[in-house]
Amino acid sequence: MAAAVPAARWARAAAAALLLGCCGAVLAGGIQDQAEQFFKSGHTNNWAVLVCTSRFWFNYRHVANTLSVYRSVKRLGIPDSHIVLMLADDMACNPRNPKPATVFSHKNMELNVYGDDVEVDYRSYEVTVENFLRVLTGRIPPSTPRSKRLLSDDRSNILIYMTGHGGNGFLKFQDSEEITNVELADAFEQMWQKRRYNELLFIIDTCQGASMYERFYSPNIIALASSQVGEDSLSHQPDLGIGVHLMDRYTFYMLEFLEEVHPASQTNMNDLFQVCPKSLCVSTPGHRTDLFQRDPQNVLITDFFGSVRKVEIMTETVSLDRNLTGFESDPVCCLKRQLEISDKEREGKPQLHQRMGRKLKAAKGCIGNRTTKVC
Amino acid sequence: MDAVATGAGNNSLPCPGQAQRDGLCLHSTAQKQQHQPTPPLGRTSTATPEAGAIGRQDRKRKWVGGAGGHAGGGAGAAAGSGAGAGDDAGRAAGGAAAAASARGGRGRRLPVPHAVGRRPAAGGSVDKAWKELSNILSGIFCASLNFIDSTNTVTPTASFKPLGVANGTDHRLLRYAVLPREVVCTENLTPWKKLLPCGSKAGLAVLLKAERLFHSSYHSQAVHIRPICRDASCLAVSWELRQTLTVVFDSFTSGQGKKDWSLFKMFSRTLTDACPLASESKVYVDISPKNKEKQLLEVTPTPTSVHEAIVQGDKTTYAVYDLLSPVLFNTSRSLNVQLKWKRPEDSSELSTPIMHAQRYVSGYGLQTGEISTLIYNTHPYRAFPVILLETVPWYLRLYVHTLTIITKGKENKPSYMHYQPAQDRKRPHLLEMLIQLPANSATKITIQFERALLKWTEYPPDPNHGFYVSSSVLSALVPSVIAMKDVNVEESPLFTSLFPSSDGSSYFLRLYTEPLLVNLPTPDFSMPYNVICLTCTVVAVCYGSFYNLLTRTFHVEEPSRGGLAKRLANVIRRLRGVPPI
Repeated sequence: MAAAVPAARWARAAAAALLLGCCGAVLAGGIQDQAEQFFKSGHTNNWAVLVCTSRFWFNYRHVANTLSVYRSVKRLGIPDSHIVLMLADDMACNPRNPKPATVFSHKNMELNVYGDDVEVDYRSYEVTVENFLRVLTGRIPPSTPRSKRLLSDDRSNILIYMTGHGGNGFLKFQDSEEITNVELADAFEQMWQKRRYNELLFIIDTCQGASMYERFYSPNIIALASSQVGEDSLSHQPDLGIGVHLMDRYTFYMLEFLEEVHPASQTNMNDLFQVCPKSLCVSTPGHRTDLFQRDPQNVLITDFFGSVRKVEIMTETVSLDRNLTGFESDPVCCLKRQLEISDKEREGKPQLHQRMGRKLKAAKGCIGNRTTKVC
Repeated sequence: MDAVATGAGNNSLPCPGQAQRDGLCLHSTAQKQQHQPTPPLGRTSTATPEAGAIGRQDRKRKWVGGAGGHAGGGAGAAAGSGAGAGDDAGRAAGGAAAAASARGGRGRRLPVPHAVGRRPAAGGSVDKAWKELSNILSGIFCASLNFIDSTNTVTPTASFKPLGVANGTDHRLLRYAVLPREVVCTENLTPWKKLLPCGSKAGLAVLLKAERLFHSSYHSQAVHIRPICRDASCLAVSWELRQTLTVVFDSFTSGQGKKDWSLFKMFSRTLTDACPLASESKVYVDISPKNKEKQLLEVTPTPTSVHEAIVQGDKTTYAVYDLLSPVLFNTSRSLNVQLKWKRPEDSSELSTPIMHAQRYVSGYGLQTGEISTLIYNTHPYRAFPVILLETVPWYLRLYVHTLTIITKGKENKPSYMHYQPAQDRKRPHLLEMLIQLPANSATKITIQFERALLKWTEYPPDPNHGFYVSSSVLSALVPSVIAMKDVNVEESPLFTSLFPSSDGSSYFLRLYTEPLLVNLPTPDFSMPYNVICLTCTVVAVCYGSFYNLLTRTFHVEEPSRGGLAKRLANVIRRLRGVPPI
């Protein structure tokens, strides 16, 4: 009896241990999944704010820099409606441009980064520190058109690229005003507090660019700069036909690197950090990742330069009413009518809500894919 | 896909189930679907025929002749605000898009102001709608049209009349603005192309590639919106959107001195088909024989038809290529229209237009100056009146008592004059005059001005470039030398929009002169920095020395002599506070 009891107890203990082990395994599997999910980005849309701050013909290279990044970002999938492009001067149709409507990024005129399908949102005198900060923080006058707004939400990954002339702690706008690193850091903090970004990639190509990201204190920011404090960023090559330097070195090599990236590539941030070593760039590019939660090794380039399109596949078909006018342009109107029709059919409320919910999802997808922004 | 723009907040044409974009109700329908109760789009297309140049016509898009508009920066906007057509609630904002006509070009301006509306609204709501419209247009066309505000908007009284079906002609609802500093480049062409039904993928718009279009002497794009009768009974009104593009290629200099041209040489591509949504798609080539001799030029391939008309007072012959006719693409897949001159022209001078104008600023120094406008009437025997509209920014203070109009050495008094003086930082000068131009004469209008000194924060980032004065507008009914036959609107809508004529003997012409570039007295912007440096140096050196002089005391120190004992005694005495030996 005494021997049987310990045996029974041992059996019970063994069963309990087995049960616990199984639960533990399942739990661990669940935690593994959750951990993996935590390390993925979790963004649902991408935005880009590309700013060129220099005026005058001899600053051609800054416009070419910005347009190269614009071109890469468009090629990798971000639509014009999600790009805010600010060019402080017009180089393509400048009277001094021997080839009008072109901005070249390489000597011998190999690559026209201006292209045929460009939409500049802020141009010429509109590129000011005030407008830039208003775009970032969203404090914009109510009459501003949609193409000039940064309509990001808390699940947006934003790429901010700035180029121009800068110094230790400031960036010059159009030769008449400047933005300091403190202002920029505060603007990003405002964006964080208003939940205007999920993750932010900040790239700056100016002299002493690293000073601009020294003061950041908001989370989820990766910053890259083309030169350290005390160093100058140098330009690449002059073109004797056009008569000015065409690009800056850092952006030139970054463009070469980005030309190899396609929407499905797995290149990560660490590759971007190595993009221009001192032997090529003469200045020392720097980066800052302490504010970023994920490991840069796991961050894909396309998380910032490309665009996420979520496609939801529905298994049930949605019947369309033939009498509806203009359904293609507004599924929401169709839904309203469907609601009216179903009211007449006296459908049950919970079923109706379910149907409405599914239809709204489909409609959202429809609208999202179909809106073609004119500018 | 046609797009029709109606004013925002227009209750009679509500926007249920229609895509809303930034306050403008844009309703899209395919033109083929006629059963829908939506206003169909009537778009026509015209172009200015120039000797040897092409006039392209396409039912879907419209290019309007830039009537003598001149190269030079400029963008203007004028829209008739006021109640939208058929607005019961009387919401004035609705009419914002009504009859808005936007034109851009190197020489970019948006004329048209006209009030379309049954219920004219108060001035305040018109201004509000105007501001909203300019912001919306700046977003759509990627231009800084949001800089249009009260400092460059005027309300002309006589120069502009409403287009299309108009009910009210209250000029107080009119607004006209020009932005002479604006640049026209690919980013303005891109949204313009996106408004076309086939975009730039099919039809005539495949030729519109930016690299070739901007490598030209003159470039102008325009968007005109006006209300038109839906049918002959005119019971309902629909909106007509016209898009025009005018480009002047310099084929003579770029073609190695030969005047032959072809579509491929000009646009580096050829036409392959018509836009499937177009109901008319035509290419017109001006092949008018000069001096009534035998044909000097030859067009290939053979045109589908030849059309004769009297255009702007001259008899012109057009070779028409109808892209929708199946005959055209029978032999080859692509259409490359070529024009060759059979023998080189000796000296073909273009005939001077009957009315042309010129404008320049003269004077010296940075205080005063004079604006002169020269208007020429080259008609041999007919005189006609012209309305001159001048808008001058407030910082050039005009002296109206120095206004002189001289024709053939004698003073010419205008029969109508409207002058609205400027208010500093609030509104510009507006000068409108009706001047009679005698036959075969040149009229010179001069007015003197004084340059104002702006506040240092009001200067743009590049103040030494200068400040632009927008071009003046000349509107006239020019008599034609040859009597014109009245063209039926229904039969050939394309031609009537090409050259609308009120009666058989004259045609309407609107000329824009060159914009002017004026230097204002500009401060040296590095002075604040210089002043700080200099002042700090002066303060440090002068005041510092003076302070030292006043407060520094001197005392003489004896050199210490004596042996070790004396030195030791001195040390003890110093410790005790007693003066040393």
